[in-house]
Amino acid sequence: MMASSYNAKEEDGHHSGAPAHGGAAAAAAKSKKPDNTAFKQQRLPAWQPILTAGTVLPAFFVIGLIFIPIGIGLFVTSNNIREFEIDYTGVDVDSPCYSCARNFSWNNTAPCLCSVDFTLEQPFESNVFMYYGLSNFYQNHRRYVKSRDDSQLYGDRSALTNPSKECEPYRMSDGQAIAPCGAIANSLFNDTLELYHIDSNGTRNTIPLVKKGIAWWTDKHVKFRNPGGNNNLTAAFRGTSKPVNWRKPVYDLDPSDPDNNGFINEDFIVWMRTAALPTFRKLYRIIQKKAVTTPTLPSGRYVLNISYNYPVLSFDGRKRMILSTISWMGGKNPFLGIAYITVGSICFFLGVVLLIIHHKYDTRNNSADIPN
Amino acid sequence: MLEERRVRANDREYNEKFQYASNCIMTSKYNIITFLPVNLFEQFQEVANTYFLFLLILQLIPQISSLSWFTTIVPLALVLTITAVKDATDDYFRHKSDNQVNNRQSQVLIRGLLQNEKWMNVRVGDIIKLENNQFVAADLLLLSSSEPHGLCYIETAELDGETNMKVRQSVSVTSELGDQNNLSSFNGEVVCEPPNNKLDRFCGTLYWRDKKYTLTNQNMLLRGCVLRNTEACYGLVIFAGPDTKLMQNSGRTKFKRTSIDRLMNTLVLWIFGFLVCMGVILAIGNAVWEREVGSLFQSYLPWDPPVDNFLFNAFLSFWSYVIILNTVVPISLYVSVEVIRLGHSYFINWDQHMFCSQCNTAAEARTTTLNEELGQVEYIFSDKTGTLTQNIMSFNKCSINGQTFGHFLFFLKKHYKRKFNSIKRLDFTPFNPLADLDFCFYDDTLLESVKVGDLHTQEFFRLLSLCHTVMSEEKSEGELVYKAQSPDEGALVTAARNFGFVFRSRTPGTISTTEMGRPATYTLLAILDFNNIRKRMSVIVRNAEGRIRLYCKGADTVLLERLHPCNQELTNITSDHLNEYAADGLRTLALAYRDLTEDEWEAWSESHRCADKATDCREDRLAAAYEQIEQDMMLLGATAIEDKLQEGVPETIAVLSLANIKIWVLTGDKQETAVNIGYSCKMLTDDMTEVFIISGHTVQSVRQELRSAYFTGNGLREGDGTGGRAKQLPCPPPPPPPPPPPPSNLMDNISGEFALIINGHSLAHALEADMETEFLSTACACKAVICCRVTPLQKAQVVELIKKHKKAVTLAIGDGANDVSMIKSAHIGVGISGQEGIQAVLASDYSFSQFRFLQRLLLVHGRWSYLRMCRFLCYFFYKNFAFTMVHFWFGFFCGFSAQTVYDQYFITLYNIVYTSLPVLAMGIFDQDVPDHRSLEYPKLYEPGQLNLLFNKKEFFICIAQGIYTSVVLFFVPYAVLSDASQSNGVPLADYQTFAVTTATALVIVVSVQIALDTGFWTVINHVCVWGSLGSYFTIMFALHSQSLFRIFPNQFHFVGSAQSTLLQPVVWLTIALATAICIVPVLAFRFLKLDLKPQLSDTLVRQKKRKPVGRSVGGAWRGTGSVSEGRLGARGGSRRSGYAFAHQEGFGELITSGKNMRLSSMALASFASRHSSGWIDTLCLQAHTECVLCFSGDILRNGEDVDCSKTHYELGFNGE
Repeated sequence: MMASSYNAKEEDGHHSGAPAHGGAAAAAAKSKKPDNTAFKQQRLPAWQPILTAGTVLPAFFVIGLIFIPIGIGLFVTSNNIREFEIDYTGVDVDSPCYSCARNFSWNNTAPCLCSVDFTLEQPFESNVFMYYGLSNFYQNHRRYVKSRDDSQLYGDRSALTNPSKECEPYRMSDGQAIAPCGAIANSLFNDTLELYHIDSNGTRNTIPLVKKGIAWWTDKHVKFRNPGGNNNLTAAFRGTSKPVNWRKPVYDLDPSDPDNNGFINEDFIVWMRTAALPTFRKLYRIIQKKAVTTPTLPSGRYVLNISYNYPVLSFDGRKRMILSTISWMGGKNPFLGIAYITVGSICFFLGVVLLIIHHKYDTRNNSADIPN
Repeated sequence: MLEERRVRANDREYNEKFQYASNCIMTSKYNIITFLPVNLFEQFQEVANTYFLFLLILQLIPQISSLSWFTTIVPLALVLTITAVKDATDDYFRHKSDNQVNNRQSQVLIRGLLQNEKWMNVRVGDIIKLENNQFVAADLLLLSSSEPHGLCYIETAELDGETNMKVRQSVSVTSELGDQNNLSSFNGEVVCEPPNNKLDRFCGTLYWRDKKYTLTNQNMLLRGCVLRNTEACYGLVIFAGPDTKLMQNSGRTKFKRTSIDRLMNTLVLWIFGFLVCMGVILAIGNAVWEREVGSLFQSYLPWDPPVDNFLFNAFLSFWSYVIILNTVVPISLYVSVEVIRLGHSYFINWDQHMFCSQCNTAAEARTTTLNEELGQVEYIFSDKTGTLTQNIMSFNKCSINGQTFGHFLFFLKKHYKRKFNSIKRLDFTPFNPLADLDFCFYDDTLLESVKVGDLHTQEFFRLLSLCHTVMSEEKSEGELVYKAQSPDEGALVTAARNFGFVFRSRTPGTISTTEMGRPATYTLLAILDFNNIRKRMSVIVRNAEGRIRLYCKGADTVLLERLHPCNQELTNITSDHLNEYAADGLRTLALAYRDLTEDEWEAWSESHRCADKATDCREDRLAAAYEQIEQDMMLLGATAIEDKLQEGVPETIAVLSLANIKIWVLTGDKQETAVNIGYSCKMLTDDMTEVFIISGHTVQSVRQELRSAYFTGNGLREGDGTGGRAKQLPCPPPPPPPPPPPPSNLMDNISGEFALIINGHSLAHALEADMETEFLSTACACKAVICCRVTPLQKAQVVELIKKHKKAVTLAIGDGANDVSMIKSAHIGVGISGQEGIQAVLASDYSFSQFRFLQRLLLVHGRWSYLRMCRFLCYFFYKNFAFTMVHFWFGFFCGFSAQTVYDQYFITLYNIVYTSLPVLAMGIFDQDVPDHRSLEYPKLYEPGQLNLLFNKKEFFICIAQGIYTSVVLFFVPYAVLSDASQSNGVPLADYQTFAVTTATALVIVVSVQIALDTGFWTVINHVCVWGSLGSYFTIMFALHSQSLFRIFPNQFHFVGSAQSTLLQPVVWLTIALATAICIVPVLAFRFLKLDLKPQLSDTLVRQKKRKPVGRSVGGAWRGTGSVSEGRLGARGGSRRSGYAFAHQEGFGELITSGKNMRLSSMALASFASRHSSGWIDTLCLQAHTECVLCFSGDILRNGEDVDCSKTHYELGFNGE
């Protein structure tokens, strides 16, 4: 260190005193005085917020006053939402799907059918959304989440025949690339649910279920694309193999609607959007409101017909069917309203407590003498 | 056999056998090829970097990789690049300076001819010629010079920081060699010690023509010195390049770490432990999960083929979690800390209040790693000369024949403003054309007295103009420049000059003066030189009329004893005056004369000659001879010289001690001087109950003194906890149990009334292992500690002692080479730059030019730095725990699979983009109270000393807050989103929505938190906070955009998530809820703390809000001003006079021998050309003399050989 600065010195550095005679101008020009700027002198104008009683206490009351009404609004809205949920897993011996659940085998070609009766106590107004729910199903497991190839799903031809390594062990089957590859696609939920209303006469009226419009717009229109467009999917997927667990190839998922096949099948897209938590629900169908006067689902008896294809009992999973109406804030969500009310109340309460404390000890504070 | 070096002059073949280093130096570390590997190797020696490299490797294993490799490599690459660029720049400058130095030209004598050679081509054994003002190229043995007696003069500023000139002399045989022809045939061989770093020591032997000549440091010219006042000289290269003493001394400085650094490292280790614990917990969870659930779930999610059992799975998951949880200690922590410190350093460099316009020097933070430690200093070790004092002496008062003249201006200025204004500076010019214009005196009665021809007054000034060893140079008529050995003498002679007794010139036998305008010449018969024991000097002169008179000046204690009895009355009056002067902190001298008859002179002269010629005990005999004649003198009066303190020193010391900083003065000066300065800078006051002086010479006496001091200190206190224990101690059996140092808070109670003054020789005993604690406990009980006569080594030892036992942050401040050791060993070293050399500055961490800037450095910059760093660290740990621990909670819901909660880009950018700038801005710009407040209320400094703002407790609070936040951030979205759906019925509980919600909530919560933490919202803070929030949304929308997805469908699979999520009111309600739950408790807690237990700073900030307080509230230290006023009446009794000459012995001899006459003329010529502005400048230069003397004196006591302690002016050298 010493050496380096010694070296840096000019040889004639010792005569540097000489220019000092040169006059004040030269000396002033060479002044090393730091600039007198607000920044360099740390005098930038600044706002110094202080947590005084005058600012903090009103803040608490304001938060309380904002949160409590919001919470009440949310709570009321949430309570106005109709939701009905039925577990059809078939765990109990007396449940209708018990035998289907027990006798499941991947080799079955014929679906096992069962039906569940239920009653809606209250009519469901407006559009009703039909969900299937799975429990204890780890769609958020790291290995599960990454087991997909987005390039393939985007319709990339090379990825179609040569999927990403992430898809292992569902990458190749019999020497052919699996399309769609990966564990997520392989475990596609494939129960079919049908809903019938049993009117007062005892006749079963099929309730029309809309199967489109259940996926994210970006998923449907951006993220998922069939290779080579939507025409002649059979040809497009030639040379690929269907996922191991599937019964039908991907281009044959929806026989009723040719535009809902391949990677852009909405049921498939919905499944591919993995859930964050092991208990989740996914949108299955939408029941559109038909007439203004009648409720979409009047109260009464209903039958849910299930073609039971999806085994969950092995890992202690559950399957549910959920019917729900929707408000501006989505589905039934009592937690949010209660949480808002609670937090709002606590803030208010804290405000009062702090106010009392502040007043009690105010004398000490106001004297403001500075010990020194 | 010891290692030795053999060098034969003019014989390259012979010398090459030994493969001595060439004169080419290389301080650079890399070249273009080696830069990358070497630099990377060095960087990966940092534990943190290696750790991140290890993480990176882990991430490349697919089974483990829970994050993409770029989340680690981007920050790591960033850090490595920044460091590499910095290193490269540094090295580039080193290359440049190496080249410049290596390519300097020097004249080498080759085959009888002088040839120009580059420095790097100079070889050991070459003879090179140096000319005036040239740098010495290598360590040379001086062979001959153009000056008589082979003398040459060098300036060693580059080497040891001392700018005074030193004399070197060649061995007599070689000095006769003279010209080039003789020199080229010179073939002497030098055998000497191997290269070492002792600047003041050299030992070797010259063999030439079958004779041995001893060589000492006195014969050496070291690389880095500059030749002065010598036309030319020849030297033989002994050590070259890296072997030179300069390079040997340039070892790497010890890397200093701050206590925050150490704490941070401990905490980081703890966090690693915590990380491992979490990893283990999650791995166990993983094992359980895989066994209970995962194994059954295999129909949908089979295990990877190589992983076939749950235990192995768990093992891998441990590493996966180590990867995703590593962000609790992100690499950006270290970078941010460096950036903040750099910012603080720049603020120090930029501070106008620490700029000295006289010397055009701004403060400089030479190290950028210690800033926050400046806010924690508890002990300051200060040098005296040049640090507390300017080392400028001014003639202030005098007492002539019982009458006192002059005003002590410093005192007046402080206390009697009005009177001060009425006093005018004397104008000497009409009276005396030879007067020095820079001389100030404020009492015209003295001038009147001279003018009217008062005999006593005239004799007084005559004495001052004759009795000294000053050299003068008269460039042109009337333009006198004095070159004094000590500034005291310079001041006295200049005073005499202005009052009409002008010392013009001297020869070995005469002194020429101008007395009241009339030239006069005195025959100088003898100089009875000064030394430390005699404490006086005399001259014997014969005036034009032939009368012989002895003039003596000296310490009053010695001089008043040697007066003629008839002086009794005058002595009493003068004595009173002396007391008065001493009470003002002035340095006093008494003056006396004695008339000698011719016979007396003859007789004494004979005995003097005898003594002089004696070979044994010459010193003692001379002293006896001097003693003999310095008797029965007539008192003339006394002088009082002000040792000018640096500006603002007493105020600074008062402020610093109010800030609870203990100041120890460690000086090489004499006890009297040190005590005087102690009083004048208010370290010592007469209010003090007792000032203990430890000056014992033996272990026993020192122990006795220390112990009695300790008991006095403790015994005076009632109810003192240690009192009881102390009572048992008075008769301790040897070895005595050292009294345990009382706890520090007790110490604080004790201090305030005692002061300790310890001498160097006593200190040596006190620092021994068994007395250390005793010394320490006594010293720490005292408010002020002054160690005088200490060696540089002892200075360092004292610092080390405090460091070791008190666990306190120490700061050493000094200006000279003798302070280097202490500067290096203290936690923080401060160098006073500007006047002295550069050695202390080079070794220091901070440098500025005035002692008073220290208060600003500590109380403003240090305090702010500490505050900012603490706030930064608290927040930084908080934000990373809040960020990372979410993964931990998520682990319980994703089968412990090490799935991240957030998008990987978010993880990459969180620390380096989304949250880096606001906290940096806070860490750099935050302020609680404005700078002038922290100077007015030094108590504000205390939290730093007590380590209150960031310690383990604070750390745990931050961590707890972070974990709490992470709980809220995970479970609130969990509870809300698990059943929620969009307004079109699509559930919200998908992974990507959850990720975006949590991430957004996190960014908002930590932004609100930084907004709460930021106490000082400048524009920059606003830009950073809002900018970071903005950048988060912008970048997120960009990363989730369709266009990026279309290009890299496999990389950006979050396409559309941002819009889809952030358009949902539920999501925003969730975020608001989470924010409220996170922030409200913090707000309530902070408010309560502020309301119930406000810190001083809080009160001040609030007070400012309420009413802008006028200055009338009063600076805290001003209180001490009144205290000192109060004591004025009471202090008359303490007399602290001393012969304060910082004077070199043996100069009289040099003068009478006439050897240095040429030196003086040359020196003055050069000084005059460089410093024309008068004697003040000369004295400034002289300031270093004293320093040299302390330094050398110290070493002498250590039994080492020193160049200037003994003046080897005789031709024959004392062999070693």
